Amino acid sequence: MTFLLLMPIVVPLAAAALAAVFGWRRLTAWVTAFAAFCTLVSGAVLAVGGEPGAQFTAGQLLRADALSITMLIVIGTVGSLATWASIGYIDAEVAHRHTDQKGADLYGVLVPIFLAMMSLAVLANNIGVMWAAIEATTVATAFLVGHRRTRTALEATWKYVVICSVGIALAFLGTVLLYFASIHAGAPSDVALDIDVLLTHATRLDPGVTRLAAGLLLLGYGAKAGLVPFHTWLADAHSQAPAPVSALMSGVLLSVAFSALLRVKSVIDLALGTGFLRTGLLIVGLLTVLIAASLLVIQTDFKRMLAYSSMENMGLIAVAAAAGTRLALAAILLHVLAHGIGKALVFLASGQLQAAHGSTAIADITGVLARSRLVAVAFAVGLAVLLGLPPFAMFASELSIFRALADAQLGWALGAALLLMAIAFAALVRNGSRMLLGPPAPGSPAIAVPGSIASALVAGVVLSVALGMTAGPLAELFNDAANLLGGSR
Amino acid sequence: MSQATHTAILNLAAGAFLLTAVLIVWHLGLRAIVRLLACQGVALAAIPLTEGIYESDAALVMVGAVVLVLRAVALPGLLGRAVGTEEAERRESTPLVNTTSSLLITAVLTVLAYAVTRPIIALDPSPATRAAPAAFAVILIAVFVMVSRRRAVSQAVGFMMLDNGIAATAFLITSGVPLIVELGVSLDVLFAVLVMGLLTGHMRLAFGGTDLDQLRELRD
Repeated sequence: MTFLLLMPIVVPLAAAALAAVFGWRRLTAWVTAFAAFCTLVSGAVLAVGGEPGAQFTAGQLLRADALSITMLIVIGTVGSLATWASIGYIDAEVAHRHTDQKGADLYGVLVPIFLAMMSLAVLANNIGVMWAAIEATTVATAFLVGHRRTRTALEATWKYVVICSVGIALAFLGTVLLYFASIHAGAPSDVALDIDVLLTHATRLDPGVTRLAAGLLLLGYGAKAGLVPFHTWLADAHSQAPAPVSALMSGVLLSVAFSALLRVKSVIDLALGTGFLRTGLLIVGLLTVLIAASLLVIQTDFKRMLAYSSMENMGLIAVAAAAGTRLALAAILLHVLAHGIGKALVFLASGQLQAAHGSTAIADITGVLARSRLVAVAFAVGLAVLLGLPPFAMFASELSIFRALADAQLGWALGAALLLMAIAFAALVRNGSRMLLGPPAPGSPAIAVPGSIASALVAGVVLSVALGMTAGPLAELFNDAANLLGGSR
Repeated sequence: MSQATHTAILNLAAGAFLLTAVLIVWHLGLRAIVRLLACQGVALAAIPLTEGIYESDAALVMVGAVVLVLRAVALPGLLGRAVGTEEAERRESTPLVNTTSSLLITAVLTVLAYAVTRPIIALDPSPATRAAPAAFAVILIAVFVMVSRRRAVSQAVGFMMLDNGIAATAFLITSGVPLIVELGVSLDVLFAVLVMGLLTGHMRLAFGGTDLDQLRELRD
């Protein structure tokens, strides 16, 4: 079992070392994709191998439960699609002189480090180590966001590093306060930040200090998950990063940060009751959906549009977490997986649109369906997933979230969320159809799709449809995680 | 070391720690604030060193030594290199809030820090914990510096101050987080400051300066 827990961290790090020695070439790119696939395999084997409620440990440091396994599957799935697509994407970037061999080499090293740190964040037993891993993703992705070295890329990188580092520093202060409360609740100091120890001492944590810690943890991890008030980095970074990295950040990183919040929430709810974080999550979640919906309406840039759609979904997840029932928590996990795959599809497709047009303005893109059926279908399927249309999985997860909100006597929050989501829906449909349908403008460039990206797009469409048909054995895993996170009823 | 000396040294260190933060708000020269940041690193390192010697905890003394090297020498050194050589680049461009108002705001933030930390002191009224409000004040002042300054280097200094404040809080209320966490956090801070330093250099090449007001192409 130790081997399975180490694999998602060590294999990507080995891939990074290989890329550091040999630079960006076919072999190292393949090894990185293989490393991402190993993460998926590890998650899948752990999911199949465990009884309900099983937990695996490797020493004192690593620990996998149903939530970690779910997140490993998300990282592995989206990671495999994105790293496989990177092969064609980076080759095209080098060919078009948007980057040079040095930039490509750096990309080859940083992407696997980014993957390894996300795996460490979900597998760490100590919430201090979990914090360090999440902050390490900021450092690893900084130069990925600034990959093109243009003025706008530089601006986005600076904002990203500063805002995320400050936000996440608040989460560390919250962690320190939780450590202080845990020691005073009688936990031995060397293991006082371990999740299992925190959970067993949770009811004895000092309420005053825990309340302070809870507020800081919500703001801090919320910053990294794209929730207000530290959300301003998100659209800039997502719009400037290379498409596969946008897919990883939007589809995986945001939800990894949110899973950290779910982890500490299970401790805080035991200490303070569910009311405290529920209020916080409702305010933050609804404000996030509000801002995302208003900016979606006026959006003229398609990569920023996709970024705000991510914010909208993270806001909805925060509202669902406020409901906190078993149904809501299981729905969040299905939502996260479906959203990850859907976002990978739209970002990878939009990367090809950007490469063909040299622009990310919605107005510049016309008649994609008539020019490249593959890109248009992939974009449309991704968009349909994100819009929560049946038969895709987010239809089921959103319905479950709505039901959970109604069950938790949060009808007013449900009403507000529904209204805002309807606005966002209309904006996405309008912009999406403007880009995809209709005749192409005269002189529109051809949309080239390298083989690796084409296969990633096809795989993403197949996965989206399959997940929409049935969650299969995953449903049990999601329920298991919801129980573990202390879902009521 | 007697308990009285121990308390006195802790209070002195916490006081010096807060004082350097106030001086950073007061000064507009970038070289000066980087030097003050180094002084703040020394005051910060004094806390685990004192605690370690008082409790005869060799591991804590080691941590204190690492903190001293990292936060008083290495990180300020990195930032000092990012300041640049041109005369115009060495001073804060007109800050959003003038110096007098900034100092008044600093005073208000310090009072606020005492109010916020009351539950912490109520849980453990030891001498070290009683000094924690000073560390909290530095955290609040750091956030203020980050939002009110317009140079890349000043924002990086603000970030370092924020981190120093959190580290000081950890040392004062819990004698520091577990070693593995301390290690991870130090590495992260080192890399984050390294990245900020590199970005400052790139910014100077692309924009011809490090004034953050130039960063306004991306907006909705």
